[in-house]
Amino acid sequence: MSRQPIDQFAATLPPEKRKSVYLSAKGTEEKRSKLLHDHFNDPDLLRRRAGEIKQHVVENLDTYLPAAEAALVANGAKVYWAATAESARQAVLKIMRDRGATKLVKAKSMVSEEIELGHFLKKHGIESLETDLGEFIIQIDDDHPSHIVRPIIHKSRGEVARSFEREGLGAYNDDPETITRRARQFLRHKYLQAGVGMTGANFVSAESGRIVVVTNEGNSRFCLAATKCHIVLVGIEKLVPRDRDLGLLLNLLARSATAQQLTVYTEFVNGPKLPSRPDGPEEMHVIFIDNGRTDVLATECRDILRCIRCGACLNVCPVYRQASGHAYRAVYPGPVGAVLSPLLAGDKFPELADLPKASSLCGACNEVCPVNIPIPDLLLRLREKGKSEGAPLASVGTPGMGAWALLSTQPAAWKAALFGGKLMNVLPSKLIPVPALRAWEAKRTLPAWRGGEFRKWMKGRARPPGAPKTPNGVPSGPAQSQGKP
Amino acid sequence: MSSDREAILGKVRAALAPLAERAALPDWDSELIRLRTAQPPADPAALFAERMKAVNGTPMHSVAELVAMLAEKGWRHGYCDPALWPRLQAAFADGFTVETSFDRTRVDDFDFGITAATAAIAETGTLILSDSDTSSRLAALAPWVHVAVLDPRTIHADIGAALAALPKDPNVIWVTGPSKTADIEGILIEGVHGPGVQVALLISA
Repeated sequence: MSRQPIDQFAATLPPEKRKSVYLSAKGTEEKRSKLLHDHFNDPDLLRRRAGEIKQHVVENLDTYLPAAEAALVANGAKVYWAATAESARQAVLKIMRDRGATKLVKAKSMVSEEIELGHFLKKHGIESLETDLGEFIIQIDDDHPSHIVRPIIHKSRGEVARSFEREGLGAYNDDPETITRRARQFLRHKYLQAGVGMTGANFVSAESGRIVVVTNEGNSRFCLAATKCHIVLVGIEKLVPRDRDLGLLLNLLARSATAQQLTVYTEFVNGPKLPSRPDGPEEMHVIFIDNGRTDVLATECRDILRCIRCGACLNVCPVYRQASGHAYRAVYPGPVGAVLSPLLAGDKFPELADLPKASSLCGACNEVCPVNIPIPDLLLRLREKGKSEGAPLASVGTPGMGAWALLSTQPAAWKAALFGGKLMNVLPSKLIPVPALRAWEAKRTLPAWRGGEFRKWMKGRARPPGAPKTPNGVPSGPAQSQGKP
Repeated sequence: MSSDREAILGKVRAALAPLAERAALPDWDSELIRLRTAQPPADPAALFAERMKAVNGTPMHSVAELVAMLAEKGWRHGYCDPALWPRLQAAFADGFTVETSFDRTRVDDFDFGITAATAAIAETGTLILSDSDTSSRLAALAPWVHVAVLDPRTIHADIGAALAALPKDPNVIWVTGPSKTADIEGILIEGVHGPGVQVALLISA
């Protein structure tokens, strides 16, 4: 049987890399869970309410988008709309050129990864520099983030030290503190030289037009302290109805993403700086980006648009922990990526049609999701889509189910198969004729048998007096649970 | 651009049109985000100081305490909000160089920056800085030490209260401890782009 692409990738991961991704993801998940339960009486209720709020937004974007636009304009921001990645890139380029700016410093933004902004700007002679430490390292290595919140979860300190040495940022030193100080020193002068600062948006309040940006490092704050022009890239689904709702979402985001009560810097941007103040942007440009989101909105998978990009579903996912982020071959990895990436791919859906199968459907992603997205349900819908559209990747690694269907619809064949299965219990492993079955059996020990046999019990069980016989001979009615096996 | 606007909103409307009914906006009770352990704080300033320490922040209660710390560490060159300087000046002995304008071309010269905080959040140990009260965003961020001068009477109990009182200001930032990262192998390092030492100086105006 051929392996799914994600399994193939996972098999090539060096064991130490797999181990570090596994431990890091597991550690964050354990802290997330503990913090939420230590702090709140009913953390599940927070998740459900937050999910309802975001679902409400998603299903009322026709109202909230124009409302947010009006609030932003009233705050002094200029609002742009970009239906496609190209349109978004051109909007950024035009703002840069209108200001005569050639240097841009940017904070972390997943949507900027989506529209491949860095390479585009470079081609047009604009220096665009990532300032989040992890994203900066990704950029100098010409690599891709492998986690939504921890972009270099796949890199060791030694690899980072070698990259810094190569880039002329000092002699080899793999002490994380030294690396961080060197980045601090290098980047602070870059902020001060840049003409434009770019951030994403974690939330946009439709009520007030407030853009909320959170970082731990303070890099988005530096972008907005050093430069005179602020560009905000925002996916159209990032809205919240009211400022008040941020109380719920900020509490959940910090705990879900990094197991913090609050992220260190939570910034509410409500327009260009005050004229009386020396620092901060005199201009603010907000670009609403669609890039496939309205297509997702038109599907039964629209719930995925609730996502607030915390990464909790990655950390808890047994598949992500083994495969790491690059296995998903797209900007968004993990369970959320397995839903979102194929959907955002549009016509290229077949190229990612295997991703929805990269899940055991254990449901952990749903349980940790701060906005309660039913990811397993969405994965099933996408598996169905892949199959019905005949995407070859949707079937890779799937055993043929035809034989199973035949077996389970023919009572005689079924009973014979069960008898065969029973034989496996008593047959010494060595005597099992089929190598695959022998290997399977050798790895599995059945627990000691307890209790009786269901079929025997069923047969010998007396029907309650007067109970009607159902067509297939099984008595119906509440008496079914009374017998003891 | 404007055609993009119509295209996006048109697609949004078309996508939502088939929905028989749309998800309602839930009303949620502020109790929902109240911490399990939360008590109405008898002394918000004490709770704030305790919570700020828990996130590796440094609460202080007198200018003398601040000056002693700066002197001990050898952090002698700084910036101070010109409106605050007359109140603080007396405590700074000789040997300190304190400027009241922040020259961005000499960003590395400043060991510390002193600016005014607008308010704070007790439950999370968070400082609230808004543009109206912050004399320089850079001075509150770039130096290794940031000192936020906080009037203890302005401390909110929790996030909900702080959100309800969010100032109408172009920029408000909540600061919860020093700047930090765990990007490299999950190891916590403080002082990435912003301050490595975040001080709240709790003195009444």
